[in-house]
Amino acid sequence: MKRPRHLALAMILFAWLAPAMALAQSGPTALEPVRIGLTPVFLDDLTASLERWRSYLEQRLQRPVVFTQRANYRAIIDLLLEKKLDFAWICGYPYTRYASWLQLLAVPVYQDQPLYRSYLIVPAADTRTQSLAELRGKVFAYADPDSNSGYLVTQYRLLQMGADPQRFFRKAFFTWAHRKVVEAVAAGLADGGAVDGYVWDTLAKLHPELTAQTRIVETSPTYGFPPFVARTGVAQSAVAALRSVLLGMHADPEGRLLLERLNLDGFIAGEPALFGEIAQMKTYVMGKTRVTQP
Amino acid sequence: MLRNLSFRYKIPLRATILVLVTATIVTASLMFRTYDDLRQDLLISSESMGRVLAKTLVPALLHDDVWQAFEIINSPYAPALHEDAIQAEIIMVLDTAGRVFVSTRPRQYPVLKEIAEVGPEQAFLLHAVSQHTRPTSAVIEPPRSDHLYMITPLISDDVPLGTLVMGYSRSLFMPRFLNIAKRAAFITLLSLAVLLPMSWYWGHHMAKPLVKLADCMGRIGATIPQHLTCELYESKDEIGQVGASFKRMLLELKEKESLEKQMVISDRLAAIGRLTAGIAHEINNPLGGMLNAINTFKCHGTLDPRTVKTLSLLERGLLQIRDTVGALLVEAKPGSQRLSPQDIEDVRTLVASDIGKKSIRLVWDNALSEPVDLPSTPVRQTLINLVLNAVQATQEKGHVRCHVSSAERHLHIEVENDGKHIPPEQMKHLFEPFSPLSEAGHGLGLWVSYQIIQQLNGEFHVESVPGHTCFTITLPIGELAS
Repeated sequence: MKRPRHLALAMILFAWLAPAMALAQSGPTALEPVRIGLTPVFLDDLTASLERWRSYLEQRLQRPVVFTQRANYRAIIDLLLEKKLDFAWICGYPYTRYASWLQLLAVPVYQDQPLYRSYLIVPAADTRTQSLAELRGKVFAYADPDSNSGYLVTQYRLLQMGADPQRFFRKAFFTWAHRKVVEAVAAGLADGGAVDGYVWDTLAKLHPELTAQTRIVETSPTYGFPPFVARTGVAQSAVAALRSVLLGMHADPEGRLLLERLNLDGFIAGEPALFGEIAQMKTYVMGKTRVTQP
Repeated sequence: MLRNLSFRYKIPLRATILVLVTATIVTASLMFRTYDDLRQDLLISSESMGRVLAKTLVPALLHDDVWQAFEIINSPYAPALHEDAIQAEIIMVLDTAGRVFVSTRPRQYPVLKEIAEVGPEQAFLLHAVSQHTRPTSAVIEPPRSDHLYMITPLISDDVPLGTLVMGYSRSLFMPRFLNIAKRAAFITLLSLAVLLPMSWYWGHHMAKPLVKLADCMGRIGATIPQHLTCELYESKDEIGQVGASFKRMLLELKEKESLEKQMVISDRLAAIGRLTAGIAHEINNPLGGMLNAINTFKCHGTLDPRTVKTLSLLERGLLQIRDTVGALLVEAKPGSQRLSPQDIEDVRTLVASDIGKKSIRLVWDNALSEPVDLPSTPVRQTLINLVLNAVQATQEKGHVRCHVSSAERHLHIEVENDGKHIPPEQMKHLFEPFSPLSEAGHGLGLWVSYQIIQQLNGEFHVESVPGHTCFTITLPIGELAS
């Protein structure tokens, strides 16, 4: 449980030091670094793979690349909006919320489509539950309030069922990462959880003993995969450069290896329309709950 | 049964029991102490862990962050801890309403579960938690439970948020406890392996003199067996003292027994003496008359040859009776001369021819230097008797020794020979008249000698073992006067 925290600390430290190091260096690489924010829309604790990916990008871009990780989505989005980051891999839900400040950079392709699902999971020991409705009065684990698959989808479903999301569950809590939703459900801490289908599938490959303790009860319709975005105001040349590197990853062996590690097939440029359903759900949920969002 | 057991086994057995009891008591007290220490250790470490957890749990509770709290309470469970390490079986956070906020065992204690509903133990726990108002940790031990709980209140700015509960299984102590018990048992066995042979050896050593003493005592029945030898332990301790006393007692018993025997013999001899003396006197009076009558008859008138022959026959017969009676009627005649060294030498001369016949080596040790106040005739007679007896008993070329000396107003005569010894059964009747021992003569020699010595207030001793027979006479000097 401590590892991710230490890693996060190391990454933060690294994020602080890397620019300084890059500045100290002379020659062609002594350029302004590309700052990319990462959220737990994927398994962001695969540090070795991340480091390889970073150096891959650095090599292709001929510029220093800095990955920034935070404990939740909100922190990355804040950094992005505060222009402390240029790019970020975020969820479709915040993308639709801040679409006017953001520009779509690339969308990962998963199982040949730029789409993914949300899974409703329960502990494997619970063999009876067949639907979300049966989890009424239970303890539920969400991933992040800024997550589509780990929050919005479930909120939307509950509202559609005519339930009050605030009261439907006896207790609901956030784990701030999809992986931890799986852990919470596996431990029996939560009676059910909403998790990114792509993360669950990837975990099933890497840690089948963990996912085996959970059971998928419902799978949602497909939604646009969490995209890479650039904040508006970033030089288009930089946007184009990073986009071309990402889109070209599946074309070279090193890139393919990294994609394989990330359990992705590649990237496409993508269309904002891909996130239409999410935007629609967002509007619906916000209207129903009258929650003022920043 | 144990009561009748020999000390040979009883002492080592008792030592063994003592060693076992000591080892058990020492081990038990050590174990008890260890258990206490373990418990104390657990409580101290648990309390400090509780403080740390409580501090980090407060923000999670304030933000109602179940997952963060879950991660925090799971942090003490390092996967690769030493198996002996005492870990809490369960850690949970209770909210102020007595419900589970989060626990390390969500299946058993799910989120928002009313803790009191789980069981009586938990109800007791909740009661204890609600009673506990101080901000410090406390130990709760529900009755009839194999768990103990450390509770730590979670407080933020004097507002109670909930309670951290850490549950420990009492059986957690068991592996460590057993480990220590095993070690203690091993050391106990080791010390037993050393102490038991030692105690057995000492026990045997202590019991040995007692066993010997008991064995020796057991051999003494109504009479003391001849040649009874007891090798007894010699020391100044109690057993040694008992042994020494026993030896002394044995010696005295032996002396008493031989004294009694002697007394019986001398009593008998005295009785015989009195009887024979009485008879002799009674015979002597008519005998004298009869002899006088025969004498008178012979002197008056002439007798035909047949009468003369008959009278002479009667007279010889009567004379023989007088001789025999005279021999029985021993009298150490007072008024005879004092015994001089020459008297002793005369005896030597008298027996010389008998000595010569059997080529016996005679050692004549006459240490008498001047006359002593003893009647010479009876002493000489006695000495001749003894020497002749010795010569008679001695084989050809045997040895005879005669020693005469005076000291402390006593005359000592010893006559030894290396001939046939006197068997013990004949010893009793040795001094009786007409001794069957006598091969030649009347068997009156020793009887006469004994009577003489008795009359002189002397003592007669005989020792006879195969190859050595010694007659000893001790006479008080000055008997001449009486």
